[in-house]
Amino acid sequence: MAVIEVRGLRKAYGGRAVVDGVDFAVEEGEIFGILGPNGAGKTTTVECVEGLRVPDSGTVRVAGLDPVADHDRVTRLLGAQLQESELQAKLTVQDALELYSAFYRQPTDWRRLALRLGLTDSLGTRFGRLSGGQKQRLFIALALVGDPRVVVLDELTTGLDPRSRRDTWQLIEEVRDSGVTVLLVTHFMEEAHRLCDRIAVIDKGRVVALDTPAGVIGRAASSTVISFTPSSPLDERELAELPGVASVVTSVVASGQEGADRRLVVNGTDETVTAVLSLLARHRITAGRLRVVDATLDEAFLDLTAQEA
Amino acid sequence: MSVPTAPAPSPGSVRSGASAAVLRSEARLFRREPAVLFWIIAFPSLLLTILGLVPSFREADEALGGRRGIDLYVPVAVVLSVLVAGAQTMPGVLTGYRERGILRRLSTTPASPKSLLAAQIVLHGAAILLSVLLALTIGRLAFGVALPEQPAGYVLAIVLTVLAGLALGAAVSALSRTTKIAQTVGTIAFFPMMFTAGVYAPVQVMPELLRDIVGLTPFGAASQALGQAAAGDWPSWSHLGVTGLWAVLLVGAAVRWFRWE
Repeated sequence: MAVIEVRGLRKAYGGRAVVDGVDFAVEEGEIFGILGPNGAGKTTTVECVEGLRVPDSGTVRVAGLDPVADHDRVTRLLGAQLQESELQAKLTVQDALELYSAFYRQPTDWRRLALRLGLTDSLGTRFGRLSGGQKQRLFIALALVGDPRVVVLDELTTGLDPRSRRDTWQLIEEVRDSGVTVLLVTHFMEEAHRLCDRIAVIDKGRVVALDTPAGVIGRAASSTVISFTPSSPLDERELAELPGVASVVTSVVASGQEGADRRLVVNGTDETVTAVLSLLARHRITAGRLRVVDATLDEAFLDLTAQEA
Repeated sequence: MSVPTAPAPSPGSVRSGASAAVLRSEARLFRREPAVLFWIIAFPSLLLTILGLVPSFREADEALGGRRGIDLYVPVAVVLSVLVAGAQTMPGVLTGYRERGILRRLSTTPASPKSLLAAQIVLHGAAILLSVLLALTIGRLAFGVALPEQPAGYVLAIVLTVLAGLALGAAVSALSRTTKIAQTVGTIAFFPMMFTAGVYAPVQVMPELLRDIVGLTPFGAASQALGQAAAGDWPSWSHLGVTGLWAVLLVGAAVRWFRWE
């Protein structure tokens, strides 16, 4: 069952469409990622889900409720971590956790959350004196303190060091495993790949891909990267005309004995691999140090978001 | 397993619980602002004490209708605390809450961002009342200033003055995009308003034309109304009306132009 449904969402600021017909549905209990370059409309989209913005057109439903018309009820089942917000500078971590607990009928135990997020030692610290990472962890705790059914996290791990980032990912997986649906806005590919069951790639206000992370990679024009050092010169143009090829790049790599080494990197699909191999066979060229690897989400993302540019 | 469950609280009671929690939390934060507390609560009485220590302020003056300077300064101290709260501290706090996303963060919870603004307004009002009591007590005990001889009129005048002051604070923060602007606008308004309230020279000793002009300003009128009630007369309706009208206009401006983000 879809717990978040977004249909035909549009939102313009000053005549410029920021969100231009976004559709997606988030199933109960999944971690759903929204990926996209800066200014793609990610934050505006989730702000419509949180009821902070009123869509120009389209519908948004959270557990069947309209986040604007039923704002009060939606706030009881949705926890949010906003991309840019602060708390009162002199509010301590404990004050904030107690205050936000008091907003909900059945809050979760904030002491356990604080322990889980490594905030126990800073309970008495005022917000203004917290480090960026501590602030971020406090906001994650505040998003979870109401024991929500849905949690929306906008730029979850921005400002966290690699260790806390990994800890936070684990926490989010635990949260999902306890049955909570997670909507995650991110621009870290590693985060999306590791955490998300499905992702929507948004570019210029539209969804350009919606699939599992592996599916998104496969959908990109260059899902496979072939690299090799040809035994004799090979015409790049001939390679570029092969089926499925997205790009051909020659990189000059210094190698120990023979001086400079010309290495070819071909981005393409599975089909490209066979085509490259038969081309090499026809020209009786051997491929030195041949490597065929899957493109990463990073490459797929660049490919997907560059197409319309 | 059957566990008797308490009836679920209605949304209304949860919301009022949330507002109470916001008020408690803001009260705690208010107590952590010694500078704000000093300027609203202590500063007007401190000024009153300093003036009271000047011998000439304790002598009856023919020009003041036989009253002493210090007698006229108790109402001025009252208006001063309202001005500090309305023009100096409230605009910065409210605008800061908006500018720093605190109101936005709160609107994703069952608590309303309105409860945060309301809490600040209530706390500023409470601080002003403490300041009023302190000024009356010091005036009475240290300098023998009679308590207001027309208490009902005095209370009415204070209520209108406080409303106008809080409305001023709300209007300045509504019209200012950033905290810096709010503080600047507040400070620019503060000094002429101190003049109209009679902080530099009591309204009663101003030339008649100036007094009439000052009587059209919210705190000039308030100061005169308080002065009349302190002396035992019912404050004139024109002074009360001017202060009340300003309060209505400023509330209107605040409601009309306030932005949540």
